[in-house]
Amino acid sequence: HTQLDFWLSPRGLGLPVDVRVPFPSLQAVKAHLEAAGVSYSIMIEDVQALLDEEQTEMLRSSRVLALSTDTFNYEAYHTIDEIYSFMDMLVAENPNLVSKLEIGRSTENRPLYVLKFSTGGTNRPAVWIDTGIHSREWVTQASGVWFAKKIVQDHANNEGVASILETMDIFLEIVTNPDGFAFTHTTNRMWRKTRSKNSGSICVGVDPNRNWDAGFGGAGASGNPCTETYHGPYPNSEPEVKSIVDFVKSHGNIKAFISIHSYSQLLLYPYGYTKTPVPDQQELHELSAKAVAALSSLHGTKYKYGSIITTIYQASGSTVDWTYNQGIKYSFTFELRDTGRYGFLLPAKQIVPTAEETWLALKVIMEHARDNMY
Amino acid sequence: GAMELPPSHFPAARAAAVAVGYLRYLRGGPGRRLELRELRRARRQDIDDVGHKYYLELELEDVLDNDRTVSCTAEVLYHLGSKTSAPDVQVTVQGELRSTEEADKEFYNRIRSLEKELVAENIPDSHGNIPPELEPIHLLAWVASGYVIWQNSTENTKLHLAQVKHVKQVKRSDEDLQFDYVVLLHEMVSQEVLPWEVSVLWHPQRGARVRRCHGPGAAR
Repeated sequence: HTQLDFWLSPRGLGLPVDVRVPFPSLQAVKAHLEAAGVSYSIMIEDVQALLDEEQTEMLRSSRVLALSTDTFNYEAYHTIDEIYSFMDMLVAENPNLVSKLEIGRSTENRPLYVLKFSTGGTNRPAVWIDTGIHSREWVTQASGVWFAKKIVQDHANNEGVASILETMDIFLEIVTNPDGFAFTHTTNRMWRKTRSKNSGSICVGVDPNRNWDAGFGGAGASGNPCTETYHGPYPNSEPEVKSIVDFVKSHGNIKAFISIHSYSQLLLYPYGYTKTPVPDQQELHELSAKAVAALSSLHGTKYKYGSIITTIYQASGSTVDWTYNQGIKYSFTFELRDTGRYGFLLPAKQIVPTAEETWLALKVIMEHARDNMY
Repeated sequence: GAMELPPSHFPAARAAAVAVGYLRYLRGGPGRRLELRELRRARRQDIDDVGHKYYLELELEDVLDNDRTVSCTAEVLYHLGSKTSAPDVQVTVQGELRSTEEADKEFYNRIRSLEKELVAENIPDSHGNIPPELEPIHLLAWVASGYVIWQNSTENTKLHLAQVKHVKQVKRSDEDLQFDYVVLLHEMVSQEVLPWEVSVLWHPQRGARVRRCHGPGAAR
């Protein structure tokens, strides 16, 4: 009735006995041993706690063991190591379509990887997509992983973006700010910036979306290193930004550039640093309307759209202001789900629906770029 | 007169966020979740020597009442030189909100019958998870944050509750429940995520009252 579970049974006089005692029997067993003058010591206070811990560890580590991009869990948030491993698997599984480029190194010397999707040609006109430039915007890196797999699947099934890949390349940087991303996992889930040291300040990090050479340092960014919109000491001071600048300039044939953020459910085009409308304002506005309609068609998610400065706030030194001024007409910024209910802490079960609907909008933009080559 | 504003432009969106925060404080509770579905219309009036007044038509949803549509009108007046004064807000809800009497009573009795004072942290967690039994605590955090957001908003800010960092129940000898929260508020324009301490009382009939709140910089 005490339900004692002997892990080391009684074997003979003078030999120890190990026994697991269920909680309800604890008092009775102790009393009995003490009354009989039998000394005892506690090896494990709480076996259940140990079992729970082991279970958690097993579940956690079983995610690292995703053996292929088919068993990878797209409905969960992943660490940087898991995402880098996913990228290598994707390349290994699709060597004729996907390659991995290292475009630079972060402040903390993490590699900056870009996936290139190409069916051939030389320096074809290209689409650039980046996710995770602000590290706390976890749904974006997670969507980037989904996009990568989707491109491969479309190509294999000769549908979707397969037709785009006939004449264009796609470049996808999934973890655009790896130092920040690692920091959100280990230390501060709300970290946004890079992790560069600021001379003369104890505060760390530069806002990589204020560090580009377009209206740099003007209104809409901060000169204080301790703020979230600190623009940095000079344009492209951040290796995470400079590596993209160098890549774009040396490629020379990028036709659409899309930088992905969260949250607010917005599709934005330049400018952020000035109220002056871009020359292509009308075309970009109409294209945004089409892209947003496609996005909404899937799950009914409502998006607003417009220029950065009218729709969200004034922002100087931002990515797509620079890319537009480089001549990349189709320069867009997305702010993905949601509108503030969960904000940066979007539940993992919304990753796939978010990626799916966003992909429809991206396809509209890519197809328009392909059909309106300049 | 009042000037029509495009609802997609940020001045209207910021005023709407203040109105929704205010409404959550007044009408929210552990059993009621109000979300802004759409800002339908916005107008702005610049009143000399007073400030800027926004007239809003909002479509909300009462999520726990099957996402039922709730139409509201709101007026948000940001005072000139608004550093020290909260915006004046009026909200008119069309129709009745579904009663939460049962859920409120159940929550009240559950908390009152706890032997140890409730303590929790990181709601939601990093992955956006909220244990179901903590959802009412989360909703109450939105009510308390609604007050803080209303009291601390200007035309140049847009505040959201980013996370409940910590919550501790404080047992009381009277009939109110008391929860002391540390909430992280995300300010969209500066992008800062800053901690605010908010102590809130709640009672099924009396609703929510913020007793005390303290944040970085100005405290209201």
